[in-house]
Amino acid sequence: MPEETPPEATAPTPPATPVVTLPRVLAGLCLIIPFVALLWVDSYARLTPRLIGIPFFYWYQLAWVPVAAALTYGAYLLVKLDERGRAGGDPR
Amino acid sequence: MKNDVNGVSLAVFLVFFLGVTVLGFLAARWRRADNALHLDEWGLGGRSFGTWVTWFLLGGDLYTAYTFVAVPAAIYGAGAAGFFAVPYTIIAYPLVFLFLPRLWSVSHKHGYVTSSDFIRGRYGSRALSVAIALTGILATMPYIALQLVGIQAVLDVMGIGGGSSTNWFVKDLPLLIAFGVLAAYTYSSGLRAPALIAFVKDALIYIVIAVAIIYIPYRLGGFDDIFNHAQSAYAATNPATGKPRGSLVTAPQAQWAYATLALGSAMALFLYPHSVTAVLSSRSRNVIRRNTTILPLYSLMLGLLAMLGFMAVADGVGKGIKGYNAQLAIPQLFENLFPSWFAGVAFAAIGIGALVPAAIMSIAAANLFTRNIYKDLIRPQATPAEETKVSKLASLVVKVGALVFVLTMDKTVAINFQLLGGIWILQTVPTIVGGLFTRWFHRWALLAGWAAGMGYGTWKAYQQTSPTQAHFGGNSDMIPWIGEKGYIGLTAFVLNLVVAVGLTLLLNALKAPSGADETVRADYVAEAAEPVGAGAPGTEPGLPPVPAPA
Repeated sequence: MPEETPPEATAPTPPATPVVTLPRVLAGLCLIIPFVALLWVDSYARLTPRLIGIPFFYWYQLAWVPVAAALTYGAYLLVKLDERGRAGGDPR
Repeated sequence: MKNDVNGVSLAVFLVFFLGVTVLGFLAARWRRADNALHLDEWGLGGRSFGTWVTWFLLGGDLYTAYTFVAVPAAIYGAGAAGFFAVPYTIIAYPLVFLFLPRLWSVSHKHGYVTSSDFIRGRYGSRALSVAIALTGILATMPYIALQLVGIQAVLDVMGIGGGSSTNWFVKDLPLLIAFGVLAAYTYSSGLRAPALIAFVKDALIYIVIAVAIIYIPYRLGGFDDIFNHAQSAYAATNPATGKPRGSLVTAPQAQWAYATLALGSAMALFLYPHSVTAVLSSRSRNVIRRNTTILPLYSLMLGLLAMLGFMAVADGVGKGIKGYNAQLAIPQLFENLFPSWFAGVAFAAIGIGALVPAAIMSIAAANLFTRNIYKDLIRPQATPAEETKVSKLASLVVKVGALVFVLTMDKTVAINFQLLGGIWILQTVPTIVGGLFTRWFHRWALLAGWAAGMGYGTWKAYQQTSPTQAHFGGNSDMIPWIGEKGYIGLTAFVLNLVVAVGLTLLLNALKAPSGADETVRADYVAEAAEPVGAGAPGTEPGLPPVPAPA
């Protein structure tokens, strides 16, 4: 599965902007965190502490929904920032 | 449980159903473009949808009636294992954030309508694009059939049709009517119909969930009681297997299956043809990116909905009935606990929830057939107007096929095929997602990898047994060399990838012809600048030149 790997060079890379930039790395991190958290099932496979009677297993995973959405939004902002830097103007 | 027809529920259900029918036909006039005969119009809604319309369309498309019935049904049946749908729909979005904007850009630039159009353009290989198109069509058909199963569950519980009713015609008449109406407005309005109806569907679903998640625990004595009830119910031994029915958390030996199912399903989700259709109908790549951050609201809803499975257990739905159909558990819970008028609203939400994805799926399958089989293999000189005509007819054929499937075969056949469909779609990942990032893979190697993954996945799924089924009894099997049970689709995907990489190395060393690539690197990050497609029919670069329609 391709992670944030940049495309293979099929055309010459435009000079100046390197492929790996800080915003891109941070965006990649934002996108990877939910994978690590949710695919590591052992970290949350238990019943307690309960929240209003709901076992930990369920409310913890549900809590990841807004967290992951916020992280994806962070990645969106970072990628837009990066694109603006690349285009040298407003990428819309 | 014998159901008598409840007049109030039925009346509310019918009012909503009539309402969306009218809406479906009116949709043809919504944002009508000047060239209604171009496939971009009927099949992609003019590629014009903004953030919110896309949100409703994708939400209505991915979170189907079957999902609403099946996910809580899985929880009802076995507990924690069914909850994998939640991590699955969480990690799907970061994943698609990476590749869908690229698919959108290259499709916009070259006027691609389906993912197979992209494959043909990228690899210059008709064999590969047809293989991907057939995979998509095969995986979509049973999925449409399952939407019908969702409607049937609701009709059953309402007491009209289905069940042990007298003759087959009376029994299936309500379903036939619902489907006839669906087919008619999809034919006339194309993708605009489900886009508009999705607003109604989602509004209803959100209302029903919000009420259910507060009102039902209140009736059942709070979440503490619900989960305590559920815990003792799952601990009871199932006489068929000699094991407990389920558990409230995944057991250590089930964690691999849980994680691989979530990951594999997440990878496949957006490669289903109906997802691609909805994505390509949006206006810009940022519409898609924004959607990956707001679509999780549906995941939250799905998670809350999944909890209804525990409530059905706590309420004693189906208790003591031998071979109770778990699919009926949620509609039955609604009927038991809601006042009848609100049960009608809830049934309407599920029923309409089946119509939206069924419409989009049939359009997506029809687009695949038209573009990648009819046009590529049978009539390369087809005009855009002809493509639209063929696509409309194909959407009818696909739906009738699904209907025949549901009426003539056992429900489990549709469910088995849908299980297979997920495994199959996952085998298109190396070709489609790989192709969006690199042209390194060789087209023949991808084809061989696809064949290996399809073969392995189908074979392994066939071998699975369960107490009730001799074949297709589950979707997990031992992963070779790891020795844990995992999702068959993901194991097949790894095999697929290994074959593709190995053969690419070999074929590149042999300098086998790699085919023409009509895309360039900049296409994958292109914004919506120049109008392509609807505005300029017949001028899609890279496709065989076609005469402009008169």
